[in-house]
Amino acid sequence: MNTIVIGVIGADVHAVGNKIIEYTLTSQGYNVVNVGVLATQEDFINAAIESDAKMILVSSLYGHGEIDCRGLREKCIEAGLDKIILYVGGNIVVGKQDFKEVEQRFLAMGFNRVFPPMTKIESVLDIIKKDLEEYGKNTFD
Amino acid sequence: MEKILLIDFGSTYTKLTAVSLKNEEIIGTAASFTTVSSDIKEGYHNALAKLFAKTGELKFDKIIACSSAAGGLKMAAIGLVEELTVEAAKIVCLGAGAKVDIILSHHITNEDVENIIKKKIDIILLAGGTDGGNSECVLYNLRKLGEAHIKIPIIYAGNRSCRDEVLKIMKEYDLNGFICDNIMAKLNLLNIEDAKNVIKQIFLSNIIVGKGIKKIEEEIDGVILPTPQALLQGVDLLSKGYLDEEGLGELLVFDIGGATTDVYSLCPGEPKRGDTILKGIQEPYAKRTVEGDLGMRYSALGVLASLNEEKLDMYKLQGIDMEKECNLRHQFVEMIPQSKHEEVVDELMAKICVDTALSRHVGKIESYYTPMGIMYLQSGKDLSDIKYIIGTGGVIINSPQPKKILEAGLYNKNKMMELRPKEVKYLLDSNYILSAMGLLSTISPLCALRIMKKYLVEV
Ligand code: B12
Repeated sequence: MNTIVIGVIGADVHAVGNKIIEYTLTSQGYNVVNVGVLATQEDFINAAIESDAKMILVSSLYGHGEIDCRGLREKCIEAGLDKIILYVGGNIVVGKQDFKEVEQRFLAMGFNRVFPPMTKIESVLDIIKKDLEEYGKNTFD
Repeated sequence: MEKILLIDFGSTYTKLTAVSLKNEEIIGTAASFTTVSSDIKEGYHNALAKLFAKTGELKFDKIIACSSAAGGLKMAAIGLVEELTVEAAKIVCLGAGAKVDIILSHHITNEDVENIIKKKIDIILLAGGTDGGNSECVLYNLRKLGEAHIKIPIIYAGNRSCRDEVLKIMKEYDLNGFICDNIMAKLNLLNIEDAKNVIKQIFLSNIIVGKGIKKIEEEIDGVILPTPQALLQGVDLLSKGYLDEEGLGELLVFDIGGATTDVYSLCPGEPKRGDTILKGIQEPYAKRTVEGDLGMRYSALGVLASLNEEKLDMYKLQGIDMEKECNLRHQFVEMIPQSKHEEVVDELMAKICVDTALSRHVGKIESYYTPMGIMYLQSGKDLSDIKYIIGTGGVIINSPQPKKILEAGLYNKNKMMELRPKEVKYLLDSNYILSAMGLLSTISPLCALRIMKKYLVEV
């Protein structure tokens, strides 16, 4: 069974979407480890190490995602998670910015996929499945 | 059954407590030096003679003991991530009444293994990985221990999914292996009972034999617990109550010795407010921590090290040269305060032990400013609703002002982020009965509870 770590990063307390993601991914047969809201980068990484996760799915809803996510990929590599797949979604930046640019900035930070606001978790299940099947083909260091 | 004798084979003293079940009272207590290095029975006989000198000859229906003699129970706690399975392993060892002399995370090295041997560790607790999680590291570590042909009992308490390989490695290297439930089967959720039981079993079947404690069982019914675990069981009962007999509710216990300061908290410790979120491991109702660098004599230098320049200067102004005093006590570990000044210094050191040990034990809170107000993040246990602080151990019991020492555990403006007790009453274990009552609770919880309530004195 594949393990996915989920959580809401930074000083962000939006809890509803996080619960929905947990429920949806669990019912798809994934082992979901939820580090909850107000999660630090270390919370995600520690959970991923212990649970042998293949993916970390970061939510950020309150607009400060860019600051909160910076350095996550580097820390993963440092912690030996050199193959882990990183997703980010929610409302990751403040206001309405051009998503193409936002996406580029997060890709440059080492995220594998970046999702625009209003992306429902149900709509990305196929991509998650495919990426997990290809897990290990890429390392990111 | 009517008369019970409870024995605590301590590192220094063998303490006896004779109890009448019918009258729910203590018939007498006595102590003599522990003699485990020659013959443990000698010290026991000496103490028994002292007891009978007070009470007259007694016939006991049952005699049981706990022990922390010959170095107590020394464990190595090995896990994967420091904040997770390593922390969990530490909590389990301490909860089982052990001292954790070695703590290791991630892949262990040859040097680590040598250290385990050199420090004469009694039991190794090997954890790592949630169920279905990481197995690579814990298997690597087990193999590493195997390659060193370690004969020390190893308890496997990691990822359940790789038990088959664990068994294979244990067999391949002929390890003294035991298997129990994963102490962290799910992230942040502790599962400590099974591991604690296995530790107890090994302690009773192996460790006390090796230490020459088992011999006493020719004369008594049995050594049944490590002393700190007996104490933990005693205060757990005192907190929770038994059937209709009410307990005292949330408790905090300080036991200051020459070498260590032990802290026990008995309470759920969960966040108490809606705007507070718990982070990290949910700690157990009965939590024990041991500070090996905080003590009145052997660890006096650790007390000194915990003080900054500013504090040292402050005490100097009060006429106390802590550097001198701590060194003196470290050098003369048998020292018993003779003058008022020495008494005051001991009291001050005890306060520092209480304060510093509690800072390490208690849960902390951090605030996050959000546009809709402040949110709080709690890690560890919230002790703010503790009702009683109990003191045990020589320096507290013999102090003319035990309350003053214990007050150092209260809420304090300079440590606002620590969730310390606010309004408490103070109790003193002046007859040293807590671990004895933990033992008694295995025979009659009701009697043990009532005796504790009767004999702990409010100060
Ligand atoms: C309820 C709410 C709150 C509640 C949260 C209560 C709680 N504990 O959950 C409270 C009042 C506390 C709150 C506070 C704030 N909020 Co608010 N909040 C909302 C609101 C109205 C609904 C959020 C919600 O629950 N949605 C329902 C769930 C199911 O949807 P979701 O959270 O979006 O999650 C789904 C998807 O986003 C997606 N998803 C999420 N993560 C990921 C990750 C990946 C990889 C993928 C693929 C998908 C995905 O899947 C989820 C499930 O379907 C939204 C507006 C909105 N309509 O979205 C604003 C909103 C999120 N909040 C906002 C803001 C600014 C704040 C505050 C900073 C200030 C304020 N205005 O009050 C504070 C911040 C507090 C903090 N430190 O976190 C902004 C964020 C703006 C931005 N990013 O540019 C929003 C968008 C409102 C707005 N339009 O201005 N908020």
